[in-house]
Amino acid sequence: MSILIDKNTRLLVQGITGNEGMFHTRQMVAYGTNVVAGVTPGKGGEWVLDGKIPVFDSVRIAVEATGANTSVIFVPARFATDAIFEAADAGIPLIVCITEGIPVQDMMCVRNYLDQKKCRLVGPNCPGLLSPGQSKVGIIPGDISIPGNVGVVSRSGTLTYEVLYALKLHRIGVSTCIGIGGDPINGTNFIDVLAMFEDDPHTDQVVLIGEIGGSDEEKAAEFIASRMTKPVVGFIAGQTAPPGKRMGHAGAIIEGGSGLAKDKIRALQDAGVKVARHPEEIPALLSTLSMD
Amino acid sequence: MKLHEYQSKQIFARYGIPIPKGRVASTAQEAKQIAEELGGKVVIKSQVLVGGRGKAGGIRLAKTPTEAEEVATQILSMEIKGLPVRKVLVDEAANISSEIYLGITNDRAARKPVIMASSAGGVDIEEVAQVSPEKIIKVHVDPLLGLRDYQARDVAAGIDLAREYWKSFISITHGLWKAYTECDATLAEINPLVITAENQLVALDGKMIIDDNALFRHPEFSEMRDLDAEAPSEIEARKYGLSYIKLDGDIGCMVNGAGLAMTTMDIIKLFGGNPANFLDIGGGANADKVAAAFRIILSDPNVRAVLLNVFGGITRCDEVANGIVAAMQEVKPKVPLVVRLVGTNAEEGQEILANAQMITAETLVDAAQKAVAASKGEL
Repeated sequence: MSILIDKNTRLLVQGITGNEGMFHTRQMVAYGTNVVAGVTPGKGGEWVLDGKIPVFDSVRIAVEATGANTSVIFVPARFATDAIFEAADAGIPLIVCITEGIPVQDMMCVRNYLDQKKCRLVGPNCPGLLSPGQSKVGIIPGDISIPGNVGVVSRSGTLTYEVLYALKLHRIGVSTCIGIGGDPINGTNFIDVLAMFEDDPHTDQVVLIGEIGGSDEEKAAEFIASRMTKPVVGFIAGQTAPPGKRMGHAGAIIEGGSGLAKDKIRALQDAGVKVARHPEEIPALLSTLSMD
Repeated sequence: MKLHEYQSKQIFARYGIPIPKGRVASTAQEAKQIAEELGGKVVIKSQVLVGGRGKAGGIRLAKTPTEAEEVATQILSMEIKGLPVRKVLVDEAANISSEIYLGITNDRAARKPVIMASSAGGVDIEEVAQVSPEKIIKVHVDPLLGLRDYQARDVAAGIDLAREYWKSFISITHGLWKAYTECDATLAEINPLVITAENQLVALDGKMIIDDNALFRHPEFSEMRDLDAEAPSEIEARKYGLSYIKLDGDIGCMVNGAGLAMTTMDIIKLFGGNPANFLDIGGGANADKVAAAFRIILSDPNVRAVLLNVFGGITRCDEVANGIVAAMQEVKPKVPLVVRLVGTNAEEGQEILANAQMITAETLVDAAQKAVAASKGEL
C-alpha cells in the first residue's frame, strides 16, 4: 500500500491553467489520480480538461465545494509562497510544492508558520509523490514504477526516476516514492518519511537517496540506528562535487567543510545502512536484504 | 551571489551601521585623491571575491597620499588566488582597541536565521568555531517575528560587551538584521566590528552573499555582479538556463537533472575517469539548449570525450535525440560521444541516433565504462 497519498486522495491543483499545471494535471488524471479541482485566481468558474475539472478563484472556495484533501502547487517561484500559505490557511492537510527557485528566507517563514499548523508540506523543488497503482501527485512519470513493498525517499528528481526504473527492471515494486526536494529548507525531511515508512504495514524495505549539502542524511542515520526495524539501502550523490559550489540544487553545496558525501556515507554505514556505489547496485542490495 | 566589501559596507551604511570614511578607486591616481580628501593614514584594500586578502598582501596601510598611490599601484597589479584586482577601497585607518565578530546567516538545520557573535573578531570565524566554539554565541531568530531587542541584548551580553557599548551594538545588530532580510542575504557579516580608541563601534570589514533565488526582486544587484569571479563558460551557461560548473577532468558530462548529473560524475570517477564538468540541461532538452551545452562543454580544451546521460521522464527521449542530431550538425564535435537515453520513448530516441556517429550505452555502468575508455582513446 502506501503513505500520504492513495485511492482516497482528492487532489487540488494550484496553478492548473498554466502550461506546467495543465500538462501534469492531464498526466495525473491519466494515471488515475482523483483530481477534483483547480485554482487560478481570476479564472474561477471555468472548467478545464474537457470540462471535467472545475477551476476556482481561491483554495478556500475550492475546498468547500469539492472536499479536496491534498494540494499540488505548480505556480512560479514569486507566487509560490503565497500559494503555500493559502493552502495551509484553507486547512489542506497535505501540500506538495513542485516549484523550484523559492527564496530561502521565504521558505524559512513558510516552514516556521506551517510548524504551528496541522499540515504537511512536501517540497518545494521536488518531483512530488507516487504510490504506484493508486495515485500520483506531482511529476514523477507513472510508468517507470510498479506496486510493491519498497519505500523510496529522495532529495532528487531524475536520479529518483533512475532508481525507480532500475527497481522496475528487477521486478521490485514500490509502496510510495517521495521526492522531498533539493532546497536547503523544505517541509518534509528524511526522518519524517522514514518514520512513516517504519509505521506503514505495507512497506518492508526503504531506499534513501541523498546528496551533498546540509546534515539531513546524518540525522536520518541517527534515526535509522535508534528507531528503525526495517532495512534501509542508501545512495549519496556528489562524491566528486567541489566545495563551495551549488550543484544545480539550491541545497546541494558543501559549506565550511560540512555536507560532504563521504561523511554522509560513513554515517549511514555506521547506522547499518547498505550504501550503493551507484544507482544500479540498489536492486541487488535490496534482494540480499530480503534473503537475510 | 557574493558582494564586494565596499558594496556590502555601502548597504550597511544605508541601514545606519557606522562604517569608516572612504571610497572605492579603480586607479592609483584616484586612490591618491581619496587619501588626500581623507587626510591622515589610510588603508588600501583589494576588492576581490576571495578570502585571505590580508595574508596575500592585498590589504596595506599608507601614511601619506603619495604612499597611498604607490601601494594602490602595487595592489591593482596583483592577482589574488587567480582573480585580478580591479578596484581598491581606500578607507581612513582606524585606531583599533578591540575586534568583534557579528554575522547573520541561515541555519539550515534549525530552519531559522541565526545571529552569531564573538569577542574574538578579526579572524576567520570558521576557525574560531573549530578551535574554540565556546567563544561564539548563537541566537536564533523567528523569521515571522523578526529580531527582538532582548535577543540583541542577549548577543551583547553573550560576548561580554561592556555595557557602555550596548546601545550602539543593539542598533548595529538591528541594522544588520534589516540589511539581511531586506536584501534577501544568505550571509550578512561584519568582521571585524571594532571598538576604536575613541570608544566608537565601526564596521571595518563587511561581507554579504545574496540568495540567487531572490534576485528577481532585487534588480539593483544585477549590475553589481563581478563576472571575474566566475569562469566565462559558467556565465555563458547561465544565459541558456543551464547549470554548469567546470571541473578539472577530461570527460564532459551533459545530463538532465542535478542529482543525476552529480551521480554521472561520481560513476565516471568510480570507473577510473575524471569528469570535466557538472552540467544540468534541465527539462525540455531542445536542440538550442543541447547545442549550447555542447559548445560550452567543448570550449574546455581538456575534454577528450563527452557522456550524454538523459533519463526521459516528462522529457521524451525522441525529442532529446532530435535535439542531439540537430546540435551535432551545428557544433560538429571532434571528440567521441557516448549517449545513454532511458525512459519515455527511449527506443524511438535510439533509432534516431542509430545513424549518427556516436557510441550508445544501455546502463549507467555501461555508459561510464565506455566514456572512460573513449577518453583514453581505447574506443
